Amino acid sequence: MAERQIPAPPINPETQEWWDACKEGKFLIPKDNSNGELFWYPRKNSPLTGSSDISWVEASGKGTIYSHSTLWRADPNYCIAYVTLDEGVTVMSNIVDTDFASVKIGQKVKLVWKNAADGHPVACFTPA
Amino acid sequence: MSLKGKAYIAGIYEHPVRKAPNLSTPQIHMESAIGALADAGLTLQDVDAYYCAGDAPGLGPLSMIEYIGLPNVRHMDSTDTGGSSYVLHVEHAAAMIAMGKAKVCLITLAGRPNSEGQATGTAARAFNGAPDEGFEQIFGTTVVNMYAMCAQRHMYEYGTTSEQLAWIKVAASHHAQHNEHALLRKVVTVEDVVNSPMIADPLHRLDCCVITDGGGAIVVVAPEIMKSLSRPRIKLLGAGESPKNILGGKVDLTYSGARWSGPMAFAEAGVKPSDIKYASIYDSFTITVLEQIEDLGFCEKGKGGAFVSDGNLISGVGKLPFNTDGGGLCNNHPANRGGLTKVLEAVRQARGEAHPKVQVPNCDLVLAHGTGGSLGTRHGSATIILERE
Repeated sequence: MAERQIPAPPINPETQEWWDACKEGKFLIPKDNSNGELFWYPRKNSPLTGSSDISWVEASGKGTIYSHSTLWRADPNYCIAYVTLDEGVTVMSNIVDTDFASVKIGQKVKLVWKNAADGHPVACFTPA
Repeated sequence: MSLKGKAYIAGIYEHPVRKAPNLSTPQIHMESAIGALADAGLTLQDVDAYYCAGDAPGLGPLSMIEYIGLPNVRHMDSTDTGGSSYVLHVEHAAAMIAMGKAKVCLITLAGRPNSEGQATGTAARAFNGAPDEGFEQIFGTTVVNMYAMCAQRHMYEYGTTSEQLAWIKVAASHHAQHNEHALLRKVVTVEDVVNSPMIADPLHRLDCCVITDGGGAIVVVAPEIMKSLSRPRIKLLGAGESPKNILGGKVDLTYSGARWSGPMAFAEAGVKPSDIKYASIYDSFTITVLEQIEDLGFCEKGKGGAFVSDGNLISGVGKLPFNTDGGGLCNNHPANRGGLTKVLEAVRQARGEAHPKVQVPNCDLVLAHGTGGSLGTRHGSATIILERE
């Protein structure tokens, strides 16, 4: 089955470190050290408090589908989803390597890396 | 400062074009401006404030004020919250009037996605430097699959069904049959909707709005200007606006920013949802209508599916007549932005100038609400409540 090609990620100075970690197989979640909370998406200042005291927590790679939709109109089809990571934040991704008609909210998923058009690894999820 | 009673909508115009291969976008802005000012009984020279959003070509108000020929403008605003921008502009215009800085405010909209062949709903957009794009757009976000995820989650949490969503389209089609300008005038059934092709599950083709060229304009004026005009006096009672987003990773797709903009507008107006005789509700997709109806307080959260069923949104049949021009689902969605046309039909209803087959009797209190951007990520909500004086 043909698979949608993920475009080369747009990387900027603020997000370089996060993307570099992907090359080492690490999915990092930003943590606001001023209140101890995780947030999404990665940035150098916390949207929760404005703090620049940010560190990284490596995700376990386990999560649960919060919502999903397959674009049947597209060729090839692909499934977009919000996945709630076991660590608590909800992130957008693609559900891959499965029958899209069988994808369900509440389904347990695990991290899997897919290569973007430029070969850069991108974090996707597949049924656990 | 309350905006209650501080401003009136004196003029409106909806451009009749739905496919405009031989018009430019600025031209549609211009023709709409002339139309709304003529409706009010005012001229280009009377305009002292101008409002437009991202559909205005060039450098927004600077380009359009010059092109249209508005020599006396001393205030301008190009707040862009996507399709809801023009509902916000009504509030912003009223605020400038209330502060004494403007008396005749012109809002315009125009666009040609139909003629330009834009793949509006199902195409990914180009990267433009948005901070979220590397974490969202690369996965193939489109307009339709983002709204579809909202519908999917609403169904999961509240048991909402595709048949219930379909009733929203059915109601819009009942109204559109009477609108000679509507793109889709055929009355459809629940079966027609749920049997139409699946675009992004659970949204079918007929759950989606139309793609049209077109435009429109609104003239908001100070009370002393309204007194000098001969049109029905449609007074702003209350307004509210709010952004909503993914809140740093705490995603909840079951509600919209109407949860905040609605109560602000109702509080300022001093009325409650059950007082509203007619509502224009943003209808990019059927799910958009459903969530907003709940968030605006027309029914309890999660009960929207039952509320919209069995024709409850059809004028003359149900309790909440909505989008009696056919709305974005059937009539038009100029520039892929439906907020301005929401205001237009609300004003027609309050004036008693809607099509006789859909005119709500004694329609003295109306609401218009917009959602712009994406329900599935970040959007701007705006609510206004109007009263015929």
